[in-house]
Amino acid sequence: MNPNKATKTESPSSLEPPTGFWLFLYRANKGVRTSTPYLMFFGIALWLVTYYLFNEGWKLPLFNKIPGPVEVITEWISRDPIFGMSLFTEAYHTNIYVSCQRILIAFSIATSVGVPLGLFMGWSKTFRDYTFPILETLRPIPILAWVPLAIIMFSGFETPIIFLATLASLFVTTLNTLLGVDSIDESYFRAAGCLGSKPRHVFWHVVLPGAMPFIFTGLQISVGVAWFSLVAAEMISGDFGLGYMIMDSYMQNKYVTMVMAMITLGFVGWLTSAMVRFAGDRMMQWRVRALALEGR
Amino acid sequence: MQAATATKGAISIRNVTKIYDPEGVNVMAVDDCSLEIAPGEVCMIVGPSGCGKTTLLNAIAGFHSITSGEIYLDGEMLCGPDKPIADQGADRMVVFQNGALFPWKTLLENVAYGPIVQGIMGKKEARDKAQDILAEAGLADFSMKFPGEVSSGMSRRAEIVRALINDPKVLLLDEPYRAMDALTKSIMHESLLEVYDRTKVTIFFITHDLEEAIFLGDRVVVMTTRPAKTKKIVNVAIKRPRDYTVLSSEEFRLLVAEAKGAVHEEAIKAFEAGERELA
Ligand SMILES: Nc1ncnc2c1ncn2[C@@H]1O[C@H](COP(=O)(O)OP(=O)(O)O)[C@@H](O)[C@H]1O
Ligand SMILES: [Mg+2]
Repeated sequence: MNPNKATKTESPSSLEPPTGFWLFLYRANKGVRTSTPYLMFFGIALWLVTYYLFNEGWKLPLFNKIPGPVEVITEWISRDPIFGMSLFTEAYHTNIYVSCQRILIAFSIATSVGVPLGLFMGWSKTFRDYTFPILETLRPIPILAWVPLAIIMFSGFETPIIFLATLASLFVTTLNTLLGVDSIDESYFRAAGCLGSKPRHVFWHVVLPGAMPFIFTGLQISVGVAWFSLVAAEMISGDFGLGYMIMDSYMQNKYVTMVMAMITLGFVGWLTSAMVRFAGDRMMQWRVRALALEGR
Repeated sequence: MQAATATKGAISIRNVTKIYDPEGVNVMAVDDCSLEIAPGEVCMIVGPSGCGKTTLLNAIAGFHSITSGEIYLDGEMLCGPDKPIADQGADRMVVFQNGALFPWKTLLENVAYGPIVQGIMGKKEARDKAQDILAEAGLADFSMKFPGEVSSGMSRRAEIVRALINDPKVLLLDEPYRAMDALTKSIMHESLLEVYDRTKVTIFFITHDLEEAIFLGDRVVVMTTRPAKTKKIVNVAIKRPRDYTVLSSEEFRLLVAEAKGAVHEEAIKAFEAGERELA
């Protein structure tokens, strides 16, 4: 038998860069050996301890009416929650599900309208001259100022809420995409021209990929503002959702549930923006790899 | 591949003047400049920063207009009185001052791009051809890398390959090796000479490195400080193919000495006028 055979099936030769599963293991291993995960846990622990000390520990007057971490976590993991909502109740799941679904719809509409709109505005000077003033007048109107209008225009709970989240997200995405096109170095357009590109080639091979880094920065901000306006809208007029859960439990003095909803929002928000970041990295390997070589 | 003899790529620049923003800041960058470049010639343009070299190149490439005069390529007018700005096209390929490989495409995709968008080759054919000529330039193992992953020397070489796959009449290079260290530069020089000996493409090469100009060129055109015109033309009769041993030859040193006086004089004028370059 070939003595080398056993080692060969176990791991690829140490001289070759790892691929697939081995690459994953290598990265995981490398990640654990840096300080990042430990600092993260330490940071969270520090935050929890401070919260505990201010609240349940030293009983500071400011935190009198606010439930402490022990109380919140106990309720959260209880199979029989005092205020009716925990990890094991359907109502909690429904609220998360409803909010996430609304974000998904709003974010999808905003992205599929905002990105093309921004690209065209950046690409065609004429189109930009028409549309930019409109964008710039609508954009500064705070999203809360749109609430009454949304309620008047649309019936029910669902549409106005999604409308508001979409609107907020749309402005951010469009503007960032536009800035992304502006950021593209003139020499790429010239190179494309030399190489015999027709306008549609320039659009697909220069404008779109060149704006991509800005687009994804914009999408991360946009998913954030979508959550912001969604929760605001749900608090004002809603039937379900995390924003409604906060407002409703506040009205009914269920402060434990309220804090639970807030932390859930933080977690879900972080998750969505991580997903956007992940998608961005997948679509911009050229950038990820170049940055990796710079040690970032 | 056998050495080609050049039959195409004659550039004729006749009394070209370029004034930026005539009604406003009114910067005269090129003043009544005339120059005849023969097919297959390596014409080196040397001049102080901000004298109008890039301006001239941009006019040939069709990136901006000229104010008066005419430019011809193989007897056809590119731009002139009735047509201030030349059409951009794959017959004149530009290699840019700061490099313009698309960072979002691999070297292979970059090279295959031209023939695909011009509809000359199918995707598969273009990629095969691109792989072949990248391999000829010693980049076979890097064809799947992105420009951001390879050295500046390699990406510059790939950029020249991307230009050459289109079989251009003229290669326009704007200080392509400006930011490189001397050692990388000498490798780049040899590879450009090798490409030239193989293709005999007309080369319009801007530099402010006089030694580079004499090592590579058939003629060195020394430009005046802004507004640019031709001040002195030095014929370089060193036989081809050339290699780095040329650099230590007596002939080479005499040529450098001949051109240096003219360049130095203009450099002083440019410095005293406080010229600065935009690009
Ligand atoms: N778009 C422009 N508008 C006004 N002036 C310009 C513009 N582009 C270049 N110039 C000026 O024209 C002159 C020549 O520039 P350029 O051709 O880039 O010089 P070089 O390439 O020889 O260094 C410079 O003085 C520069 O400031
Ligand atoms: Mg220049």
